[in-house]
Amino acid sequence: MKKVSISFTLNGDAVTAEVPVTWTLLRTLREFFELTGPKEGCGAGECGACTVIIDGEAVNSCLYPIPEVEGRTVTTIEGIADSDGTLHPLQNAFLENNGVQCGFCTSGMIMSAKSLLDHKPDPTEDEIRTSIAGNLCRCTGYVQIVEAIEMAAETVKQKG
Amino acid sequence: MSDHLYVGKSVPRTIETDKVTGRAIYIDDLKRPGMLYGKILYSDYVHARIKSIDTSKAEKLAGVRAVLTGYNIPDVRVGFLKDQSVLKKDVVRQFRDEVAAVAAVSPDIAEEAIGLIEVEYEELPAVFDPVEAMKEGAPLVHEVDARGRPAKSNILPLPWNFQAGDVEQGRKDSAYIVTDKVSTTWVNQCCMGTSGCIAEFDSNNNLTMYNQTNVIFGDKGRISEYFSQIGLKGKKVRVINPIVGGSFGTKLDTDIYEFICIQLALKTRRPVKILFDREEEFRALPPRQPAMFTIEQGCDSEGKLTFRKVEAILDNGAYTSWGATTPSVMMMPMSSLYRVPNVSFKATCVYTNNIYCQAMRGYGNPQANFAVETSMDTLSEKAGIDPAEFRLINRNQPGDLTPMRLKITSCGLKECIDSVKQELDWSEKKGKRNGRGVGMASLIHVAGGARVTLSDGHGIMIKVDEDGFVDVLESGTDQGQGSPTVISQIVAESLGVKPEDISLTFGDTGLCLWDAGTHASRHTFMAGNAAIVACEKAKKQILEMAVELMPRLIKGGFKKKKRKDPDFVEPDLDYSLISDPENLNIRDRMIFPKNAPDHPYFKMDVSQVLRRGLHVGTGQSRVVVAEAFYDPPTETLDREFKGNLSMTYAFGTSGVEVEVDEETGEVKILQLIAAHDVGKAMNPTLLLGQVYGAVYTGVGYGLTEEIKLEKGKVMNPNFLDYKLLTAMDVIPIEPVVIEPGDEAGPYGAKGVGEPGLVPTAPAIANAIYDAIGVRIRDLPITPERVLEAIKNRDHII
Repeated sequence: MKKVSISFTLNGDAVTAEVPVTWTLLRTLREFFELTGPKEGCGAGECGACTVIIDGEAVNSCLYPIPEVEGRTVTTIEGIADSDGTLHPLQNAFLENNGVQCGFCTSGMIMSAKSLLDHKPDPTEDEIRTSIAGNLCRCTGYVQIVEAIEMAAETVKQKG
Repeated sequence: MSDHLYVGKSVPRTIETDKVTGRAIYIDDLKRPGMLYGKILYSDYVHARIKSIDTSKAEKLAGVRAVLTGYNIPDVRVGFLKDQSVLKKDVVRQFRDEVAAVAAVSPDIAEEAIGLIEVEYEELPAVFDPVEAMKEGAPLVHEVDARGRPAKSNILPLPWNFQAGDVEQGRKDSAYIVTDKVSTTWVNQCCMGTSGCIAEFDSNNNLTMYNQTNVIFGDKGRISEYFSQIGLKGKKVRVINPIVGGSFGTKLDTDIYEFICIQLALKTRRPVKILFDREEEFRALPPRQPAMFTIEQGCDSEGKLTFRKVEAILDNGAYTSWGATTPSVMMMPMSSLYRVPNVSFKATCVYTNNIYCQAMRGYGNPQANFAVETSMDTLSEKAGIDPAEFRLINRNQPGDLTPMRLKITSCGLKECIDSVKQELDWSEKKGKRNGRGVGMASLIHVAGGARVTLSDGHGIMIKVDEDGFVDVLESGTDQGQGSPTVISQIVAESLGVKPEDISLTFGDTGLCLWDAGTHASRHTFMAGNAAIVACEKAKKQILEMAVELMPRLIKGGFKKKKRKDPDFVEPDLDYSLISDPENLNIRDRMIFPKNAPDHPYFKMDVSQVLRRGLHVGTGQSRVVVAEAFYDPPTETLDREFKGNLSMTYAFGTSGVEVEVDEETGEVKILQLIAAHDVGKAMNPTLLLGQVYGAVYTGVGYGLTEEIKLEKGKVMNPNFLDYKLLTAMDVIPIEPVVIEPGDEAGPYGAKGVGEPGLVPTAPAIANAIYDAIGVRIRDLPITPERVLEAIKNRDHII
């Protein structure tokens, strides 16, 4: 299969992927870069487990053709903690408030929420729910996830 | 008040930090060196004879390492009733029948190879309605039974028949009698992580199976049994869990893809992974068992139940997994939810060419509960008694022995019903028929283990290293419920260390003691009780060491001080305070005398003692390790399906207020009270997570979720067409946690994993009736069904 060479910024690093032209970003992340945080829950953009942030927007990486990533900035769950390992407030809040159960949806859920908080540090509950409307979860009933995002927003605000 | 440091506290899930950083390794992420990828070819027909299979093109494809069919692997029957082969030969009986399998160097090649296999079929007549399937002359799903004898009918040889008291007498004693027919349908468990496993043989043909089962020893046993039939008798099997992306019942049985994966690994001598895609998960994974009930109930003039007679028909699908055993759990609510003296429950499981079924959160309880709680409402109305009052009159109480011989010990059902009444403002809102209405439903469930096999045991091993860190080998599994946190809380509390000192290993048959499985809401109860015993043993070892070594350590310290400071005067200490292990305690890593907890010299970090115990001198060195196997004094069900199979039972009540739009048939949940007797909350935040999640799944069961089958074919195998609730479906759940404490439970806890789901759908149905006077007796309660019922209501008027 014809391979393409795609250069972009991944979690702060300049990277180049040489992968078949038909690959999605998700497959590239998981198989070429061995970043297993983004998950394939459906492969059809219906569950959100593969959510990453591209140029500030949360997207389903399972639908995103790799050629489209050229020159863009991609952030995955692996790239949101500080370089010393200090967790992002969202990560802490999910642990603190049981926003994570089986954890399979968690990477995508947190990335959707991060995209929201990056744009809108003080979201309403409705805005939070809208931001994760495309992220399915079977374990939690979303209640403690929404609360965790509220908690994280509060922490981000206090930190300034 | 308890002075617990960790039990009962909302300790965060820090032990699972890998789940929020993307580092947790699920089966999707696990790779073994040289691993191949397996893919399965399913049937094109719902019932057909296989005329030929041509695999030659697939075999020639570069990168393909094995192509298997039912004709080139041993013909061994597997499953609960041994009614299916691993790869199907001669006949296919449902669309998910596995006809061939491929192993290749990449998933793409495996997929391509599957497309190159040519199968010729000759279609056979099929049957999809269990009632039709029971009739004489219906197409037979199986030509022969499991023993090879010609089959006479589609009815399974599994006569579920429970009788207690005298139903006919009960009928005579009744002032009011109602009969309802209700039904529930197939729903998919919808684990976010799909099914998958890796099978890997070593050079001696011993197998390591990385898979997501929550019954690791059951899985091992079934694979070993399979081995004995395929020429691998005596070969060892080790089952290891990766991180599991949800279970909800899907990981109780050993599924066919696991056997296929083993065959591919055996053939190729390479590790092989099979991982379902989402469509496969919908089409080829056994869903929740559907059921049709005819329930008749009576009560006397005071509202006391006199009898309950239920007949159930279960569409078994083409083969038998745990779905056919759900009546064993249905018997519990049928016989023991509310006090009812005379009970008859018969369930008939029928083969059809539909998808076959298995367990899902609550097992058969949600189905049965929908029948009982629908009937409770219709009977209360007939008797002219408020539905809440009617339930209170008949409520279970501590000390009851139910017709199934369940011994009710702690029971907060009254408190649950009362809470729902109060929180919903029941008396004010009930009976308005103005488009808004309230309804409730209660549940009973096992909450202290479930002796469904001869052992209901759970083993745990604990070792405490010289640095004071604790390793716990835990034979249960974690599929997301939070057991690593809860078990570490219990160990920290019982042993006297900090939760962060503890590392846990779950789900590995090679390391852990036997366990009956993480099912039936039993894990915290069983593992907690086992952990307490193991911790007592380990603590005793540490304290015996402490009695011997603490005086030496303290005096050694004084000697050191004296060498540094000649003026130092050794204090005159009462060493009798630390001369008996009975007088010592450990808490938060510190050993101290019970009578002088803040003693300036006798308080010592546990690692000091442990380190000295290890590095003490020839022949005296020792380590701390303890194990416990907790097998509770419960009973298996006898031939009449009676026996006290659990140490304690969970009770709870869902109360719902709905608003129904008569124009659209839409049902909006305005308030949902989930009151649960949990014994004692080990971790309140995690417990609420169990309740929220279960209730949401229950709302889906009630209102939106349904696998649409057309002539055996799953028509909605994706999340666009299968309506899982999303974050936009705001259900205002208010949990009420009742904590009477349970004598048999660890620190008073009962199981809570399944209960929240069970009464939710009937509570919604009952609220809809209160709102608009139509009773929906078939799940899910879709807007179409509501509109249809409204039409019928108005037509009758």
